[in-house]
Amino acid sequence: MVDATMKSDAAALRADKRGSLQKTFQRKSTIAFLMTLPLIVLIALLVLYPAIYAVHLATLNKTMERFVGLSNFTFLFKRETFWMVVWQSCIFAITAVFFKAVIGFIVAHLVHNIPDKGQRKWRGMLLVPWVIPPAMSTLAWLWLFDPSYSAFNWIFERIGIDPVPWLGDVYWARFCVILVNVWIGAPFFMIMYLAALKSVPDQLYEAAKIDGANWWQTMRFVTIPMMRNIIMITALFSTIVTFANFDIVRVLTRGDPLDQTHVFATWAFRLGIEGGDIPLGAAISLFMVPILTIGAIFILRDIVKRGNEA
Amino acid sequence: MSKKRITRRRFVAGSAAAAAAISAPHVSTANAAGKLSLGLWDHWVPGGNKVMDDIAQEWAKKEKVDLTIDYLSTQGNKLLLTIAAEAQARAGHDIMDFSAWEPAQYTRVLEPVGDVMKEVLAANGPISEAMEYIGTASGTWNVVPSTRGSLILPPCSRIDYFKEFAGIDVQAMYPAGKDPTPAADNWTWDTFLSAAEKCHKAGHSFGLPLGATTDSLDWVGALFSAYGAALVDAKGNITVNSAEVRQVLEYAKRLYAFIPSDVASWDNASNNKWLISGKGALIFNPPSTWVVAKRDAPDVAEKLWTHAMPKGPKGRFAPLLPRYQGLWNFSKNKSAAKSLMVHMNQPDNIRKIVSGAAGYDIPPYQKLLDYKVWDVQGPPTGTLSHYPNRGDQRNSMPCAPAPPQIASQLYTNAVMPKMIVRIGRGESIDKTLAWAATEIEGYSRQ
Repeated sequence: MVDATMKSDAAALRADKRGSLQKTFQRKSTIAFLMTLPLIVLIALLVLYPAIYAVHLATLNKTMERFVGLSNFTFLFKRETFWMVVWQSCIFAITAVFFKAVIGFIVAHLVHNIPDKGQRKWRGMLLVPWVIPPAMSTLAWLWLFDPSYSAFNWIFERIGIDPVPWLGDVYWARFCVILVNVWIGAPFFMIMYLAALKSVPDQLYEAAKIDGANWWQTMRFVTIPMMRNIIMITALFSTIVTFANFDIVRVLTRGDPLDQTHVFATWAFRLGIEGGDIPLGAAISLFMVPILTIGAIFILRDIVKRGNEA
Repeated sequence: MSKKRITRRRFVAGSAAAAAAISAPHVSTANAAGKLSLGLWDHWVPGGNKVMDDIAQEWAKKEKVDLTIDYLSTQGNKLLLTIAAEAQARAGHDIMDFSAWEPAQYTRVLEPVGDVMKEVLAANGPISEAMEYIGTASGTWNVVPSTRGSLILPPCSRIDYFKEFAGIDVQAMYPAGKDPTPAADNWTWDTFLSAAEKCHKAGHSFGLPLGATTDSLDWVGALFSAYGAALVDAKGNITVNSAEVRQVLEYAKRLYAFIPSDVASWDNASNNKWLISGKGALIFNPPSTWVVAKRDAPDVAEKLWTHAMPKGPKGRFAPLLPRYQGLWNFSKNKSAAKSLMVHMNQPDNIRKIVSGAAGYDIPPYQKLLDYKVWDVQGPPTGTLSHYPNRGDQRNSMPCAPAPPQIASQLYTNAVMPKMIVRIGRGESIDKTLAWAATEIEGYSRQ
């Protein structure tokens, strides 16, 4: 009898376990976790591991034989060229993001006002610079700026203007790398802003019109507040990507003339890979991580806060 | 400590296995000597890779080795990135191609190859000093100098522009198939400056790059050598503030006024395009420019003449851009790799390599510079006759005699060309020297 009771208890326990397992698997959060697991593994392998490894490398000496703590960073802080690269990266990223945002904003409004019938064609065409791989399109720009065969200088010569040393003069070279970055990145802003514009309810514009709001007032009190979150997120993502840019500078100038167009990634490549000082290269590439992380936290917190208020 | 008891059953099983292993026939398969893989530089000249394939596969067939060769382009730094990745992962090819100061950067992961070099030197005779300097940076040979891809960058000049604007007959100084004439004694850096000015005024400036590229480093390095100027001595002392360095910077300041304004951002292709487009009167380059011009702009190619460098107070130096083959110390088949390295550097094979690349490659052995391949190239016939050293010209490695670990940083960061750009743009010599000294201090870190 006792034996029989124990058997039935065990069976009930097993059934309970099966039931709770089934419940666990039926839970939405578990399914969501399992479905995102491949992506989590992928990110861990391709992002997390390299990031941790980069931190490890940045703490080694030049020959990667001994731990030197933060010596690579303190060494960099004493270098004049390092601070020049910090300054240039900031100029490059801030200027490029500003112009991308302004151009994207204006073009998004222009496209938004095109009748629906022809809008798709314009959207497609305007996205072309963004969908071409940057290394390819930058190569085309390099040929336009080429010292011997520059198409721009060819036109200038025909109309009696002196040729411009596009990539040879410091200021022109900086202008060129920013120009190409804006050309490639503005369509991303345009498409994001266009999506935001389309989500603004027409009733708000109608109400503003009834209240007698002019164009500027409608823009200031309706359009921009409704687009604010998208503007912030787009600017944040673009700032991070622009700070980490490599291909445009690498293809156009390689940091020349006199290192005055280097950004973090290209200078890290020069010292780390070309110069064989991988720890120093890793230290340079990690320099912006804390600053960008803090910026990202503040911007995202602001967005969440306003989302909750809404 | 536990001891394993040998039982009767275990003893019988072990004896049977040993007997079977000893009595098994030696299986001689097609690849009995294992596998070997090479990561070599992808040759610019069509046919340059084919010759290498033939030479290496001939050896592989004889030695029964399963050999694979990957040709890695320097375009987009593919070769450099592969070297860095393999050194970091300690896996990949067995033999890799290295250039310039790279052997010094990777000494810690390279297998010494003194035994290979003993055989190679016995077959080919003495090697150029500059090649030996880099190859033995660690105290012993850690790479094997390669004929394939080793080159010098002498002037390639427009015959017509030089005659018309500078009054110089380069063919008379450097006649086809013959040694330089006495007229070549006047081909000095001062004559060069005067010719640069005249051609510049005629709208055909010399195309002298000053960016952070090997082409820039090489001609500037030769200029420094010609004046006996060095930024760091062999002991690692910074010698930036010397009379020789000041002299060369004074010279460079004058020269800078006669070269295109955007040379500070030129890449390794810019000077080639400058000459092929018909704009330039002179560049420093191996024959690849002439080869491309022959294909794309034949009317320009037939007016080009490669000849010796100008002479300076300390001599006539041609910039060397060497290549080497190195054996990773994590290679699984070192003995086969060393055997192949010896085979590739036999005189007959070096001859095949030079001919297969139409004279682009230069053997590092003086004894092997008597090939006729350079004299027969054209049009104009003999245009490459003075591509290898003839007469009083010697090779120099930019940034030497600095210790290789520092020299490689000076080279990568293009300190010398940057000094010229700074001076050319109006910075004082004292300020430029101070900047260079600070930079070099940083490169000396361990």
